[in-house]
Amino acid sequence: MKILVAVKRVIDYNVQVRVKEDGTGVVTDNVKMSTNPPDDNAVEEAVKIKESGKAKEIVAITIGEEKAQETVRKALAVGADRGIHVKVDGVVEPLAVSKILQKIVDKEKPDLVFMGKQAIDDDCNQTGQMLAALLNWPQATFASKINVKDSSLEVTREVDEGLETIEVNIPAIVTCDLRLNEPRYASLPNIMKAKKKPLEQINASDLGVDTKARIEQIKVEEPPKRKAGIKVANVSELVQKLKNEAKVI
Amino acid sequence: MSVLLIAEHNNKELRPFTYNAVSAASKIDEDLHILILGNKSEAVAKSASEIPNVKKVIHVDNEIYENFIAENYTSAIIKHADVYSHIVCSANTFGKNLMPRIAALLDTSQVSDIIKVISADTFLRPIYAGNAFATVKSNDKKKCITIRPTSFEPAPASGGSAEIVKSEPGEAFKNSKFVKREEIKSDRPELGTARIVISGGRGMQNSENFKLITAIADKLNAAIGASRAAVDAGYITNDHQVGQTGKVVVPDLYIAVGISGAIQHLAGMKESKIIVAINKDGEAPIFSVADYGLEADLFEALPQFLEELNKLNTIQK
Repeated sequence: MKILVAVKRVIDYNVQVRVKEDGTGVVTDNVKMSTNPPDDNAVEEAVKIKESGKAKEIVAITIGEEKAQETVRKALAVGADRGIHVKVDGVVEPLAVSKILQKIVDKEKPDLVFMGKQAIDDDCNQTGQMLAALLNWPQATFASKINVKDSSLEVTREVDEGLETIEVNIPAIVTCDLRLNEPRYASLPNIMKAKKKPLEQINASDLGVDTKARIEQIKVEEPPKRKAGIKVANVSELVQKLKNEAKVI
Repeated sequence: MSVLLIAEHNNKELRPFTYNAVSAASKIDEDLHILILGNKSEAVAKSASEIPNVKKVIHVDNEIYENFIAENYTSAIIKHADVYSHIVCSANTFGKNLMPRIAALLDTSQVSDIIKVISADTFLRPIYAGNAFATVKSNDKKKCITIRPTSFEPAPASGGSAEIVKSEPGEAFKNSKFVKREEIKSDRPELGTARIVISGGRGMQNSENFKLITAIADKLNAAIGASRAAVDAGYITNDHQVGQTGKVVVPDLYIAVGISGAIQHLAGMKESKIIVAINKDGEAPIFSVADYGLEADLFEALPQFLEELNKLNTIQK
């Protein structure tokens, strides 16, 4: 079995994002970037499946500017076998990303495609479902547990009401939740070895996919600020404030 | 222009957030139709027809819709999509799972999780865990939109009498199968719609200690939330998680206990009307969004809080 894992380079989850003064976006210059957190879970799960003997090859793919390669190198350092970097500059909407992934799936013919359930930059939560639609494959989204069977996966999904279990036939798309596993860290020797693993570069324009944005970003602004609160001295003051000032209890 | 809203329901009744989605959808265009795909779901169609904002109900009843599998829903929705300018649903796990599958087949770039309708093609949506708001304009002919339910008031449930049109099911998708659902039943208000939410974080230390939270939730008729750290640590189940990748809540009162206030958690609660933080670390970021901060050991503060609440006899149920 072959697993394709898609990873995205985003502003690191610990960075306090700042809006640009001209309203065109958020500040990315000199800001720490890293792999989208649930994409790390997707890589980890693929590696675990390979370690269990149920998968032969893991291909990690990213789509984006030159530096997006770092995310593929990181995936290679924790156990992916080879990488693909589809080069494209600027914002690529999930629809275009899923069309690019569709082209790669046509070429690579993986049995499973894994990715994070949502990117923490645009918070769209679309790509996996869109790719599944374009390929007419089943989709197991928000996965917190995956059981690999002979020709199917049993996937536990985190839904608003609790947990739901579905069975999807392979080939299938899985989008991973943060609770699926605990991503490992890459050891220094493995980071060095990853530099020698093959990483193919493809230009998005050579794939014949139109990546032009369909959604116009008119402006980006700071959310309304909350007015500064106060510290209360003790519980009885808190309760009095809630009752008499805020009138919420 | 007309809008087609995909209803979320449980085959017996509409899920509460469908009413919020209705009010958002009718801000896009008043010609709002609602599509119900269910099994033995006549009651759902009837309640949808009673929402005054709804002009028409399309009801498709078939066993393949029993468990709301997105792959089965898709073909039926695509069949009806032609005559609509907008296809919308709630941005909860139901809608998040479903809508992109439809958008891709309609070759539409979806607008996710809108919090405001500016015009029929322009919307406000949070990005970067709500640390920025983007105004976006969709240039696709047909628009696929998911709505953050807590940003819109629920539409009235009665007073209307829209016609109900029966329609044929779409094709069944053979490669996905429902196995089981583990719903956590509770008499408490739903986390997403509760007037008061009390949440615990890593500071709770274990699941046993959540009893301190439960006791206060009982007293205040509040829903119980949790930070991702508390869910990851196994103190409480995932359906309680508030945050960027969990639920977004906007209660009148949000009480954060032993929660440091990571960006990802703030994304799910910082629009709450009144925020209380109880934390022994005075430097915790949660205090920066709190209207009332109490720097205290939660194991002392929570029992006192309950005692003080018991002294009041005006708690609204």
